[in-house]
Amino acid sequence: MAWILQSDRPIYAQLVERLKTEIVSGVYPPGGRLPSVRELAATASVNPNTMQKAFAELERTGLIITMRTSGRIVTEDTAMINETRRELAEEQISQFLTQMNNLGFDRSEIIELLSERKGEDVHE
Amino acid sequence: MNEMHTGSLVSIRNLSKKYGKHTALKDVSLDIPRGRIIGLLGPNGSGKTTLIKLMNGLLTPGKGQILIDGNLPGVETKACVSYLPERTYLPPAIRVKQLLSYFTDFYADFDRQKALAMLSSLQISPDASLKTLSKGTKEKVQLIMVMSRKAQLYILDEPIAGVDPAARDYILKTIIQDYSEEASILLSTHLISDIEPILDDVIFLKDGEITLTSSVEDIRNTYGKSVDAYFREVFSC
Repeated sequence: MAWILQSDRPIYAQLVERLKTEIVSGVYPPGGRLPSVRELAATASVNPNTMQKAFAELERTGLIITMRTSGRIVTEDTAMINETRRELAEEQISQFLTQMNNLGFDRSEIIELLSERKGEDVHE
Repeated sequence: MNEMHTGSLVSIRNLSKKYGKHTALKDVSLDIPRGRIIGLLGPNGSGKTTLIKLMNGLLTPGKGQILIDGNLPGVETKACVSYLPERTYLPPAIRVKQLLSYFTDFYADFDRQKALAMLSSLQISPDASLKTLSKGTKEKVQLIMVMSRKAQLYILDEPIAGVDPAARDYILKTIIQDYSEEASILLSTHLISDIEPILDDVIFLKDGEITLTSSVEDIRNTYGKSVDAYFREVFSC
């Protein structure tokens, strides 16, 4: 399936986010091998140069590493992966809080609403 | 991949073309590097097909010049340019396997095995006669032939217009996966949103003139909207 992309933002940034999510969620585990740029570009139905650019960004941050012989792997640094996970979570929370603000909820109301949901943890 | 090109694959300088009094192309200059997928976008009658026909030597320029890999359109360029015309040129009575033989004879860079594999993925029998195939399936066959060449430049005039969405996905994936990093693809389309994520760059053509050349990401960065949305804005009636 082609990845679903938003129309109002650069495609490259969306690929970076999607790849980060797949790494922190274990689709690509620490030390695991990543598909080639071409394969992943075909899967996502995006331009290979754009996918290459997304890979380069993840390499720059150290989340993925290019091996001389065996393509690209995910870092084995689980602290770094956890930190990325945390960053992604912060972004989601910020978006959520903005939306809730728009609905007129203040922080304490939001927390109260959330605590009502405590215990209904969803496992997929 | 960007660093791999050595000079332009296509260089177009001050190209003009008139049909009688009507100006179809006006002073068009353009460079196409290697390793790029480029969308040629414009409303009906903007000059897309004229430009493509000139690049394939099917029309002669009024003024200006086209060089492809250093050559004027002709025998040498036809050996390295794989062209999908907007209309079919194939005789209806021919079978798919005869078409495979034609392409094998005509083009040294034609990969018969690859074409067979793609036909089989789309469940098209090599024994089928073209006249028995639906319009969309004929278009698929023709696109398969064109994409099975190891060309330097693929020029696709409205490649997916008549093809169903599932086959469209398959064809786009095939384009992404199989073209060489040294090759480029120029494709004209009005179905921008379908094709936008696979494009590096876009060229906007309006009334025979280039009004914009940009990367897809620059348009999204600058205007905060897709090329499709931006196109609708620029060309709104």
